[in-house]
Amino acid sequence: MAEPPTTAQDTAADTVNWEAIQDSPDFARLRHALRSFVFPTTVAFLVWYFSYVLCAAFARDFMDTKVFGNINVGLLFGLLQFVTTFVIALVYARRMNSRFDPQADRLRDEIEGVA
Amino acid sequence: MLVQLSTAADVAAAADGESGHQTLTITLFALFVALTLGITIWASRHNRTAADFYAGGRSFTGMQNGFAIGGDYMSAASFLGIAGLIALYGYDGFLYSIGFLVAWLVALLLVAELMRNTGKFTMADVLSFRMRQRPVRTAASISTVVVSIFYLLAQMVGAGELVSLLLGISSQTAKNIVIAGVGLLMIVYVVFGGMKGTTWVQIIKAVMLMTGAAIMTFWVLAKFGFNPSALLGAAADASGKGEAFLEPGLRYGVEGADATKTLLSKLDFISLAMALVLGTAGLPHILIRFYTVPSSKAARKSVLWAITLIGIFYLMTLALGFGAAALVGHEAITKQSAAGNSAAPQLAEALGGIGTGLGAVMLAVIAAVAFATILAVVAGLTLASSSSLAHDLYTNVIRRGRVTTDKQEVRVGRIAAVCIGAVSIALAIPAQSLNVAFLVAIAFAIAASANLPVILYSLFWKRFNTRGATWGIYGGLISALVLLIFSPNVSGGAVSQTTGKAASLFTDPSIDFHWFPLNNPGLVSIPLGFLFAFIGTVTSKEFNKAKWAEMEVRSLTGAHAEKAVSH
Repeated sequence: MAEPPTTAQDTAADTVNWEAIQDSPDFARLRHALRSFVFPTTVAFLVWYFSYVLCAAFARDFMDTKVFGNINVGLLFGLLQFVTTFVIALVYARRMNSRFDPQADRLRDEIEGVA
Repeated sequence: MLVQLSTAADVAAAADGESGHQTLTITLFALFVALTLGITIWASRHNRTAADFYAGGRSFTGMQNGFAIGGDYMSAASFLGIAGLIALYGYDGFLYSIGFLVAWLVALLLVAELMRNTGKFTMADVLSFRMRQRPVRTAASISTVVVSIFYLLAQMVGAGELVSLLLGISSQTAKNIVIAGVGLLMIVYVVFGGMKGTTWVQIIKAVMLMTGAAIMTFWVLAKFGFNPSALLGAAADASGKGEAFLEPGLRYGVEGADATKTLLSKLDFISLAMALVLGTAGLPHILIRFYTVPSSKAARKSVLWAITLIGIFYLMTLALGFGAAALVGHEAITKQSAAGNSAAPQLAEALGGIGTGLGAVMLAVIAAVAFATILAVVAGLTLASSSSLAHDLYTNVIRRGRVTTDKQEVRVGRIAAVCIGAVSIALAIPAQSLNVAFLVAIAFAIAASANLPVILYSLFWKRFNTRGATWGIYGGLISALVLLIFSPNVSGGAVSQTTGKAASLFTDPSIDFHWFPLNNPGLVSIPLGFLFAFIGTVTSKEFNKAKWAEMEVRSLTGAHAEKAVSH
């Protein structure tokens, strides 16, 4: 039963005035809500990741510094990459749930004609 | 993902003195195959539509799909390969897992949800949304098949290696039979089970792999009084390399007397790190997993689950690798496999007690988990390439999008799966002499160079158009391949003093046509992929305003996104 409803969806999609919605202030806010978070965050985690990679390649003395026991800076720096990955993923999810989804759902319902 | 080439000598070494666990390994593996075939038969009864076959009816939950993504991503090679790298090179093995994990943020923040909202079955659905269909779908389909085939070959050659290592099979004929067997099983999973069957195989495998790794991790840590510092100290002592074992530089960015060589080695490492972090979000078999859930929110949830599972898994490989270094020892590991691929199963045996019943059981269980892992990954790859051949090339390019029935599209997908399976078997048998890490490097480098730039541009860059997409895909694909062909991977690699052979595809040192100094092309080919896509775009006037509006609004709001199938 996939093809017939898909075609129906496509037909429904053809009747929507997408350009008007794209130009609307509501949509501009939605786009801003997404981009203002994901673009700077992507730049930040890539800079953070490559600073780790560059340290592993060029700042060996720094990475080899012992912190306690047999644990050195390199290992902690690496583990911090795990921590930041988990934290960024969580922050992203919470932000999307609270700020993005309600706006997106409202617009979607308007477009799909759900009262 | 990075099982490496081991020599015939390793295999021969593995052949003697191991038979106790073999019957048990084969029994456990047969049980896994029986269970997954049962699921496949069950799934085949529910594969009525194209959405069922290609996207599992879009009815998996975020958590289920997260496990399946983990199952797709944590290949046997990353289980055995990374644990082995850590066991032999210490800290540098850890560098790999960091790149592989951070890569998921690219997929989460920039790709997963927007793709789910705009596409249907394949990566090309999104790329061609506002472009001329035929050229873009053709290009995307070619790069999907190329990436998937290289990845498939890596897994299948790895399967042959593993079986020889773990079951002590040394004859070439037996290895070929194993490869053909893996190929046939993956065809069966995909042809009958489609996405639904494949997803369940991956979920079960992920649970098995996580459980096996967790038991071993707990056991290793318990041996060292839950003191990681003590584990590291013991690993460093047993490695014979002392402190250096816990520091970067044993494998990547090796420092030598020659300043140019040192710099090149460091650039090679940076190039690898770049392909690892940018490749994941361009892997077609990962991207199509986002279509198996009902909504973009579920896609987000599945990536969150995947990040959790994969992150924990890589942390565990740290304990497994250092544990193997400490408890199995460098000599015993390299005796079994020069690349360290057998470190994890050897650790299992050592934990249970070598020569004891428990040791044999542990070895058998972990070996069976490794086989299960390979099967799940190859099935996912076959599905990705056959769905692109059927949906992109057949339905939209050859039939020009004239409505084909569901039945036809599924039938073509099944035929494509058989073809892809047959081609992989045919290629994997002669490819056994290739370094598996080399095959994986190609897959990641092409995914990052050919696919990621055009995915990002098509989702975020208003001006992007058909020429940009095709130039980006072909430009990235060709630059990555050309740089690889003229890299030391293929000819002119470092010559071993003991064997007199070059570490290249052509082992004869007199054959040397390399001019690109790095093994990993990403540092050059990824920026080139972005550049080609950019130049293609700005030199073409094409811009479909209406379709761009539709795509952007749909990708963000999820309006008129493909719905889950309800039976």
